[in-house]
Amino acid sequence: MAANVEAAGAAPTRGLPPPSGHVGPLSWARRQLFSSPLNTLLTVLIVWLLLMSLPALIEWLFIKADFNATSPQECHASGGACWAFIVEKHRFILFGTYPYDEQWRPLLASALLIGLLVISAVRRFWRPVLGLIWLAGLSAVAILMWGGVLGLSPVENTRWGGLPVTLILATFGVAFAFPIGVLLALGRRSRMPVIKALSIIYIELIRGVPLISLLFMSSVMLPLFLPEGFSIDKLLRAQIALILFTSAYIAETVRGGLQAIPKGQYEGAESLGLTYWQQMRKIILPQALKIVIPPLVSVFIALFKDTSLVVIIGIFDLTQAAKSALSEGGWASFSIEAYLFIALIYFIFCFSISKYSQSLERHLEKGRDRR
Amino acid sequence: MSSKHQPTPSPRRRLSWNDPATRSLIYQALVLGLVGLGLWVLVSNTLHNLAARNISTGFRFLGDEAGFAISESVIGYSPDQTYARAILVGVANTLKVSIVGIVLATLLGTLLGIARLSSNWLVARVAGAYVEIMRNIPLLLQLFFWYAIITQSLPSPRQALHPLPGVYLSNRGLVVPGMVGDAFDWILGGIGVAILAIIVLAHWARKRQEATGEIFPVARAGLGLLIAFPFLGWLLSGAEFIFDVPELKGFGFRGGATLSPEFTALTVGLVVYTTAFIAEVVRSGIQAVNRGQWEAADSLGLRRSRVLRLVVLPQALRVIIPPMTSQYLNLIKNSSLAVAIGYPDIVAIVNTTLNQTGQAIEGILIIMAAYLTVSLSISIFMNWYNARIALTER
Repeated sequence: MAANVEAAGAAPTRGLPPPSGHVGPLSWARRQLFSSPLNTLLTVLIVWLLLMSLPALIEWLFIKADFNATSPQECHASGGACWAFIVEKHRFILFGTYPYDEQWRPLLASALLIGLLVISAVRRFWRPVLGLIWLAGLSAVAILMWGGVLGLSPVENTRWGGLPVTLILATFGVAFAFPIGVLLALGRRSRMPVIKALSIIYIELIRGVPLISLLFMSSVMLPLFLPEGFSIDKLLRAQIALILFTSAYIAETVRGGLQAIPKGQYEGAESLGLTYWQQMRKIILPQALKIVIPPLVSVFIALFKDTSLVVIIGIFDLTQAAKSALSEGGWASFSIEAYLFIALIYFIFCFSISKYSQSLERHLEKGRDRR
Repeated sequence: MSSKHQPTPSPRRRLSWNDPATRSLIYQALVLGLVGLGLWVLVSNTLHNLAARNISTGFRFLGDEAGFAISESVIGYSPDQTYARAILVGVANTLKVSIVGIVLATLLGTLLGIARLSSNWLVARVAGAYVEIMRNIPLLLQLFFWYAIITQSLPSPRQALHPLPGVYLSNRGLVVPGMVGDAFDWILGGIGVAILAIIVLAHWARKRQEATGEIFPVARAGLGLLIAFPFLGWLLSGAEFIFDVPELKGFGFRGGATLSPEFTALTVGLVVYTTAFIAEVVRSGIQAVNRGQWEAADSLGLRRSRVLRLVVLPQALRVIIPPMTSQYLNLIKNSSLAVAIGYPDIVAIVNTTLNQTGQAIEGILIIMAAYLTVSLSISIFMNWYNARIALTER
């Protein structure tokens, strides 16, 4: 206390500079890198490993790499990465076999889908109108891809491929799985035993099996489920499998949020005389969903990565497009380059979404602290 | 109306829309009816379609001769055995890659999780970069990548990489020294016996400490047992020199144990991917333990190892175990991606089976049943374990 009073009364004096051993890069290194024998050993080990691997990697990736070879033979001669392959095939990898002159359409559709995701990330748009924006956006994507109206030439979805297919599977997947997942979560918390049991069976069955088995099921069994004369196309079948799969995971995430809401909120809502759906829509879900936004984003990242599994049932997504590009024109030995290229695309999407999720988490926590 | 202010002794329930219980009954009957109707339509459609395509239903095909070869198997198999046997081989292969993957991913993931919290700037950054990169690239793509590296970029057996004595890395896979004869089984048996003995010992030591307060050094004794019993097993098996070191002969390798390119790529892919997730689980578990817990335990005068074992770890484990279990389950389910690179796991073998026999529905049911059995039994066990270690609250 005395010190405080003194400090308040006296003119502010400048403190002594920090001891010389505590600032500057050398002291930083001593504290962060060489603070103990073990740390010194680890630092030396890592620096040695990086020195061994990084220069060779950089040489292969950039210095010796060939960016403008015209044939696979030329690329082999350089001894580095063959980025010329990507330059040559990038349209095919990104858009598949979509008619070449019409490829502005999948490009625009991809931009629209990315735009939808970006808009959904802005908190100012978190209101009912977002649902309408999604509806409009997804319809526009469907019109662009299929064509047949507004003077666009029709394009069969067997010719779709590459990035738009990956984006469509992920965004349409989450758009349809989300409402189903919320209903399942409510069902699992329901007081009606039949509804509760059905929800639990569905959720646990789906979560207990790998996505591949669902994809097989949708590609082999869905056609058998339908009455004669009806058929359902391959892309839609894969989309249905992804929606069924993701909705179970969304349900479990949302259930976590529902359980975190204090009992008083449920009782309060009930005592106001609201019906069940009013309670949920106006009081419980807004709070529960807010809590689970970060884990929901993780579910979306998982879905985005999982879309690559459709390769196994022969859907032409980004991964399959890269594999097909390899099989044409003697480029087969440059698979590492192709995989690195699409890995970079997946990484950019997933990493930015996860960074967004982390910043969101910090924001939401800030709100909670203030209260 | 005399009973207006007195509750009627036993009110007869009237069926009324205004009674929540009645409403709930009607809703449930409605939902059940709709689900039943949906299932009935699906099943009858399916039966009709199957009949139209002349496909018989049922699991009789399991007894037929499989007729296809399987590139690797843990248990014995030849193409003239039945489909049932082939599928069993698939299950064994899935279990093999899952167990190896879980052990390696747990070890590496724990190390990496601790490394992310390291006070060493470089260690923390490198670990962080690893986690961020691996978590954000689809596993399937990573598997393709590793498989391409092994089959395309590695040299042929004649110029095989030779990083350690007895270890050869080539485009035919990884060759390591193997065990000869039944020494391996004896040593494995020894490890099993040692683990049982440690469990009994730990139980006895706790009982004794509760009764007398004397502490028995279980950790050191357990380590001793873990070395002694396998050694005893080795002696019993005849104490031979057990390692069979591979050598280059002609175009291939003689001796040693060969890990196929498919198995190697799948294991590396699964471990590299899952390690990143387990690292995050471990990190958040350690961070979840309050610093005050360390300080309070210190102030009680406990030794550092006891602080960790008695105070910090039990609390960290409570946070770590549920997400860790789901990572294990994910790894087991992700091993089904083997089908994409040609490792004969259950999905790949059932896929071959259903292509040969046309028994698609039965095949998919077998895959789902196999995974469900594993998943549900692990989650039942984990629920039991969680309930055991959960905090006992009011």
